[in-house]
Amino acid sequence: MTIRFNDETFRDDYSFRNSAEAIRRFPFPFDKDDYMYSVNMEPHGTGGRAGSVFEKRFDVDEHYVAEMRDRAITLAGDPLRCQSLPHMELAGWDLLELIMQCKAEDYPELFQLHRDGDRWHWINRPLGIEQRFTFLDPTTLPCGPLEYITRQAQGDFAVLDQREGNLWMDAGMVTSQADWSLDFDIGMNFFEWHAPVPKAAEMGIFQRALKFLLAVQQGAPSRRLNWTMTVNPRLDTSPENYHLWGPEKRTITPENVGAKQYLRVELQSFWRLPRSNALAFPIRCYLIALEDLVTVPKWARRLHRVIRDLPDELADYKGFAVNRQIIIDYLAQFDDGKPTSPGIFADD
Amino acid sequence: MTSLMLRVAAAESLTPLVKRFRFEHPQGAALPLFSGGAHVVVEMPDGEVLRRNAYSLISDPQDGSGYEIAVRREDGGRGGSRFMHGRVQPGDQLRISLPLNLFALDLRARKHVLIAGGIGITPFVAQVRQLLRMQLPFELHYAARSRAEAAGLKLLPDVPQIHVHISDEGDHLDLGGILSGQPLGTHVYTCGPEGLITAVAEAGARLGWPKTVLHSEVFQAPPPGRPFAVVLARSGRTIEVGAHQSLLEALEAAGVEIDWSCRGGACGRCETQVLSCHGRIEHHDHWLSEDDRSSQSRIMPCVSRFRGETLIIDR
Repeated sequence: MTIRFNDETFRDDYSFRNSAEAIRRFPFPFDKDDYMYSVNMEPHGTGGRAGSVFEKRFDVDEHYVAEMRDRAITLAGDPLRCQSLPHMELAGWDLLELIMQCKAEDYPELFQLHRDGDRWHWINRPLGIEQRFTFLDPTTLPCGPLEYITRQAQGDFAVLDQREGNLWMDAGMVTSQADWSLDFDIGMNFFEWHAPVPKAAEMGIFQRALKFLLAVQQGAPSRRLNWTMTVNPRLDTSPENYHLWGPEKRTITPENVGAKQYLRVELQSFWRLPRSNALAFPIRCYLIALEDLVTVPKWARRLHRVIRDLPDELADYKGFAVNRQIIIDYLAQFDDGKPTSPGIFADD
Repeated sequence: MTSLMLRVAAAESLTPLVKRFRFEHPQGAALPLFSGGAHVVVEMPDGEVLRRNAYSLISDPQDGSGYEIAVRREDGGRGGSRFMHGRVQPGDQLRISLPLNLFALDLRARKHVLIAGGIGITPFVAQVRQLLRMQLPFELHYAARSRAEAAGLKLLPDVPQIHVHISDEGDHLDLGGILSGQPLGTHVYTCGPEGLITAVAEAGARLGWPKTVLHSEVFQAPPPGRPFAVVLARSGRTIEVGAHQSLLEALEAAGVEIDWSCRGGACGRCETQVLSCHGRIEHHDHWLSEDDRSSQSRIMPCVSRFRGETLIIDR
């Protein structure tokens, strides 16, 4: 398998594009025609559906090189997007090992890891990186282990410490987030950082989700999909930079909604880390323009029904209430009222 | 529950009552690393009964070449430890779960104080190795009745941070002395008999320690009790739970699929909804909230029992 990496941007001229292949493998998040929160966990790991974003443990796609370039730009402007409290260094090494090992095993033509005891040799061909270092010795890397490896891995990473029967947001790399801030959430526990989410607390969702996450076992990672809407293919929709992207919400018109309005899907996975007992929480972001999404008839019908019937608080929370009617009107033309098949995948 | 079939590589008596077992991958593959305080669950096919006991890992957390546990023979117990002592030989293969840690070090601590009573030394054996490797300040206090019974003496390194208290030699744990004078930011971990854990909690409270820095692990076996019957709502079947059997074991014996992990009332995996309860649930777990307990709306089948007319659960 060869991947052709796109030369594209996620800001300014927004030259981001999905190829036909990327559209086909997009992780459409709705398995039925309506949506409400649920603890929708399923096992993650090797052996996911061939060709889908679930096939490999850390999916690498055509956007890899451009996403890493975009992360570097964001970090240069705001180094606090990557933080690790002092007790989380061991977890950073755990995460580095996990990602290097998975990538080297799952994409041997792109990544290689050679280990000789604690002396490791890492080769990342797409980014042109070759690094020899001593595992667990931070002086042998150009930056901390968490920052080092997450500058080479798509998606955001929260690394959660587990103690007192709770999870704590004590480290992370967050540059492609749906309007939340690591710098604000750092040190918070599971209930504190979820406090802004409407309705879910009353539904007991967080209690149940936390119980599940506390018991995630080594070698048995889980995943779920989450979603929102974003205007323009922008990875960094952070509170810190709201002044840059918030006003863009007002640029949506019935004429440009198909091209400028994106469905934003997060593939969230959960991994128990061996040495630190921390929980790694990668949040991988996938973007698709509505005009690309509607090329899959099942997704077009279903997304129309979901957005049309969504409770108002959720549209508010997800930040697209202002454009909701334009989106519904656009999608309505692709919904002939026919039934849709179960599950998230496109009909063959 | 993810598990591996491992080969018993060695079995060795540490004391008359405690045996060490070493497990390795049959093809020599590396095992997943773990953190100090983690346990595994060992499956023991004992005739018609499949026993499952949790044991702390005592080997080096950074050494994937094998897992080691220390098993104390409980002659009055349910049979798991007798099976391990009497039947398991080098070369045998046993199914072992992947490590899970419900008693991890809090790595924010400025100093770690570990207090072990008897066989409660086991989680600390791996933690000491982790602390030494990470060069973190700690002290371990290990109380045992006699040197002959103190299996930990053969498992711990000879380092000045380790203090052994042998009561037969007149050396008793002085909890007040240990807890006073520790630097701010110290965390305390206790493993051993319930009485020791209570004593540490009381000494901590007396000296003004915050509760959140006092950690403990009471790894209990399912307590025996009177036999009882349970109705399974999904199939309508009624199953009997024997005096020395847990509800979880009875469910498994009846072929009911149920998730589990620690089998000691701590991890929450087997939590089960109670649909109807005429009688009293004997809660023995450390997992459910006070509300869940008093409303009798949930039960932890791994350790809790029932007395009364009818219990209907969502299984």
